[in-house]
Formats: sequence, C-alpha cells, structure tokens
Amino acid sequence: MPKLVSHPDEVKVISKRFGMGATDIDRYIELGGYESTKKALAEGPEWIVNEMKASGLRGRGGAGFPTGLKWSFVPKQSAKPKYVLVNGDESEPGTCKDHLIFLHDPHAIIEGTIIAGLAIGAKTGFIYLRGEYRYLIQIMEKAVADAYAKGFLGKNIFGSETEYQVIVQSGAGAYEVGEESALMESLEGKRGVPRIKPPFPAVVGLYGGPTVINNAETIAAVPHILAMGGAAYAALGSERNGGTRLFGLSGHVERPGIYELPMGYNLKKMIYEVGGGIRGGRKLKAVVPGGSSTPVLLPEEIETLGMDFDQLGKAGSMLGSGAVVVIDDETCIVEFALRTISFYAHESCGWCIPCREGTDWLKKSLTRFHAGFGTMKDIDNIQYLAENMLGRTFCPLGDAAAMPTIAFVKKFRKEFEDHLNGKPCAFAKHLEVALV
Amino acid sequence: MSPEKTSPETMSIFSPQLSARFDALVEKYPLKRSALVPMLLYAQDEIGYLSDALIEEVAARIGITPLDVRNVASYYSMLRFKPAGKYNVQVCTNISCMLRGGYDLFEHLQEELGIGHKGVTADGLFSLEEVECIGVCCWAPAIQVNYDFHDDLTNDKVDSVLDSYRAKAKGEPANA
Repeated sequence: MPKLVSHPDEVKVISKRFGMGATDIDRYIELGGYESTKKALAEGPEWIVNEMKASGLRGRGGAGFPTGLKWSFVPKQSAKPKYVLVNGDESEPGTCKDHLIFLHDPHAIIEGTIIAGLAIGAKTGFIYLRGEYRYLIQIMEKAVADAYAKGFLGKNIFGSETEYQVIVQSGAGAYEVGEESALMESLEGKRGVPRIKPPFPAVVGLYGGPTVINNAETIAAVPHILAMGGAAYAALGSERNGGTRLFGLSGHVERPGIYELPMGYNLKKMIYEVGGGIRGGRKLKAVVPGGSSTPVLLPEEIETLGMDFDQLGKAGSMLGSGAVVVIDDETCIVEFALRTISFYAHESCGWCIPCREGTDWLKKSLTRFHAGFGTMKDIDNIQYLAENMLGRTFCPLGDAAAMPTIAFVKKFRKEFEDHLNGKPCAFAKHLEVALV
Repeated sequence: MSPEKTSPETMSIFSPQLSARFDALVEKYPLKRSALVPMLLYAQDEIGYLSDALIEEVAARIGITPLDVRNVASYYSMLRFKPAGKYNVQVCTNISCMLRGGYDLFEHLQEELGIGHKGVTADGLFSLEEVECIGVCCWAPAIQVNYDFHDDLTNDKVDSVLDSYRAKAKGEPANA
C-alpha cells in the first residue's frame, strides 16, 4: 500500500482528505464534501468558469493549459451531446499522484467531473483509469454507485432538473492513451492512436461531440477551488501559476513520496529539505523535473529554480506531471537515457513514422553505445535523429521521446564519450553495489 | 464467422456473472463498441487469455468482426493471446524503479522462478514479465502480481511475496 508522507512546508488542498477515510461517502460529506457541487448547481456555468479562470489552475497532466479557458472554448449550443472526460491513464514514468487521489479521495474526482459538466453543459462524464489500477477502479466504481444512491448523480442531481451520469472506464495498458485524442479513440473501442488537430476536442471530441478532457489531478482541484474561491486558490501559487500541486519525489532521495507544495516551490529545497536529500549521503548528479519526457537538469540549474510551468520553461525543461526523479552521482546517464528511450520505443503507437522509427533507432543506437560499441559519429547521430522527431508527429509522444534524449546528450556528452571504443561503463560496478 | 451467426445465449463461454456484466456494460455507452477494451480485459481475467472463442464471442456481442477485435486487442499491452501463469508477476524496471533496484529484483525473480521475460513456470503457477511504469514510482521498486501491487521491495521481501502466493495456491491463508 502506498505510504503517505508529509512535510511542514506542504499546503494541503487536494491532499487534505488523504488518509481520513473519505472513500466513504458519509465521511466525505462530513468533511465538507459535495458542498461545492451544490454551490455550482446554484450559481451556474458562468460563475463556475469565472472562478476557474480566477484560480489560475493550469492542466496538471503536463501541458499546463489554463483550465477555465479550456472550459470556455466549448460551444454553448451543440447539436451533439457534450462530454467530460477525466484522464486517469497516469503512465508517465515517475508519476503516481493520481494513484493517491483515486485511493483516498474518489468523491473529489466525481465532484470535479460533475462541476466540469455543469460548466460546459454536458450530461455525461467519463472517468478513465489505466487498466493496471484495477483496485482503484473498484474504489472509483463504488464511489460512483454511492453517489447515485444518494441522488448526487442520475436524472435529477441533488433534486434539481439537471441530469448527470458518470461512467468509470478501464484501460488495458497503453501510455499513448494518456494523449487526449488517443484517449477518446480508446473510449470509442479502438486502438489508441491520436487524431489530427484541429478540430480540437472542445469542438469535435468524444463521439464527435464537444468534449473537455482534464487530468485527474486538475479535476480533483475543482471542488476545492470553488470552496475557497478562485482568487484565494491562485494566491497559494506563483505568478500565472495558481495553487498547489502534488509533486512526486522518486529515485535517489531519502524520503520519496507525494508532497503537495505551492506552485513555484524551489526545486533544490524540494529535493534536500522535503525529500531529505540524496540517499546514502551521496551527491546529486541530475534531476528529471516533471516525468520522463522532461529534459534533465543539472545541480547548478536548480539553485533558484521555482517549480512552475513558466520557470521550468525558461530553464529549458518542463513542469510536466510534477514527477521529480532524482539521480545520484553513481548512476550511468547513458543507461538512464537508454531506459528512457526504451520506454518510448515500446509505447510509440506506430501511427507517425518519425516517432515509430525514431524511437526505435534511438533505442538501437543507445543500446549499442551502452554496450561499448559506439562511435563518435553515433553521439551526433543520436542528437540528429532526436532533433528530426521534434514537431513532426500528430501527438506529443515523439517530442516526449526526443526532448529528454537531446538533453542527455547535450548535458552529459563527456559521459557518452567515455563509453567509446569498447570501454566498460564506469558505473556498472557501482550500480550493482549501490542497488543491492 | 460473421457476427450474426453466433448466438451468445446458446454458445457463451462466459460465466453468467461475466455475461451479465457485459450486458450491463454495453448498455451504458452511447456506442456499444465503447465496452470493447474493458470487456476484453474482464473476459481475459476469467478465461486467462484472449482465446479464439473469447474473441469470437466478444465480437458477436458487440457486433463487429473478430478481426476488428484482434486489431484493437493487439494494441493494448495488458491483453495477451497466450495463457500466463496463475500469478503473473510483473516487474517494473522503468526509471524510478530502476534507480532503486528494479533490475536487481527482475534478475532475482528470474533466478528464483527459473524463467525469463514472458516465461511461465512448468507448474503453471507463475509467469514473469518485465513491464513499463506501473504508477508506483514513489514507493519503488515495485511489482504487480495480477492486479495486486507490492511496493518498497527488496530481494528478501519479494521472496516472501512469492511464498504468500504459493501458500494461497495451496489454499493456505496468505500472510504477506
């Protein structure tokens, strides 16, 4: 069972009910649950969207698009039914924040789904969880059944004239399905390949109807935002980056775990104070700041770096899913790069050739390289291949594979060169010792 | 076999519970076919793998061709076309687990079970698989046995996890 951790610097908004038995609907109500939904029902769509805009909440899946703005793009009139789609396909390596939300606070997800539906005028919401999360799907399904039994979902929610249905959907193993249009394909019973955009989902989405797709953490924040007010939520974070988020510390830290911290929190402090520093008193070598697709940062780059979308962008990386993967000085970066690209090669859906072929070639090159059979030309080729994948695919998976690869080669070129001419990996022995 | 020729009522290989679940599921969506991906997984849980008979029945119930079902099924990594062990041990070796010993765990399990990636033990009790990130990164290294997660593992801890499944198979109470 995932262990809950805490730190004095945490600002608990989304996580405030974690470990408090809120999976039980009566307990959830006792803790103030479903009040935001009632308020949203009374105030109406315009009020909801305005509060969401004021909150400065930006998509927690990784793109960082302002949620209120996204909701406002959905046309008011539509011949086809509109849909809300909650993305709980959480599969970006390093990321396990939604895991805790589903485990501890499933009703917050239901509330957020209803409120998003009220905002855009949808009558149906889908909550899609990755298939591996079976026990969480069962928790979600029970929560949905309990909400129906209370009349919070169904034909007349909370005794109103408004109808809202929620369906919990299981995936069956696919990273690519976390991409919004691939998610819609999967939900329509197809292979999870991306659709070309435009049209964007807000106009033509699930079953051809206007659709809002939000990450599970984004959705879980919604009831809290309406409860405290958009402006109060925005004030918790940094400039243009409202609120808090669930940061996941993993890898070589003393105290890994999910911590809810204000947007803009200093990365160095996060690793050394919140995470308790590098395991075994070793030195920090590098940090992947927002899930495996985000370009790696060096220790000197994190000194004054605040964890928000804009500051990470300026630093040449991305905030992504907020999954901070900490790497110590006894780790081989070539091996780390190889493991990263192997993942993308496995998960590429094969729809776009630059991604399908590019990830495969990168994996082959890095495998050869790590085994000591690389040549100097390979280093440039790796970079050349990766650069030619950027922006040449329907969905961001190609970029997600290319960007970290480019950063590994650029920032650790010497370590790549050290693997040349059949030299054994300098870290292979250390790695074995370190990991026992 | 065309979808029309199969009558699920008379030829079903699904248990009554699974049939009922399927019937309820297809009714939920604006489009029947939306039930396809979860239904394949639930059916696999019962039958063990996507057998020809399973694929034909799912196709008939949804009203699409078996080829169409195969085309979709081959995309998803949890769906398999061959039987696995009674307990399918899935070891994550992705970055967060790798940094905390995921590969050691995988090697240890290969030795302990005497099988490699996608292998099945002779007694059919265990199968082993190296998998991509399973969403347990902050509690790494982790494995998933069928749908149960086991996190914060060491080689010793994983041995007792295996023992607990061996005991479970014999009908003894599990203690891990």
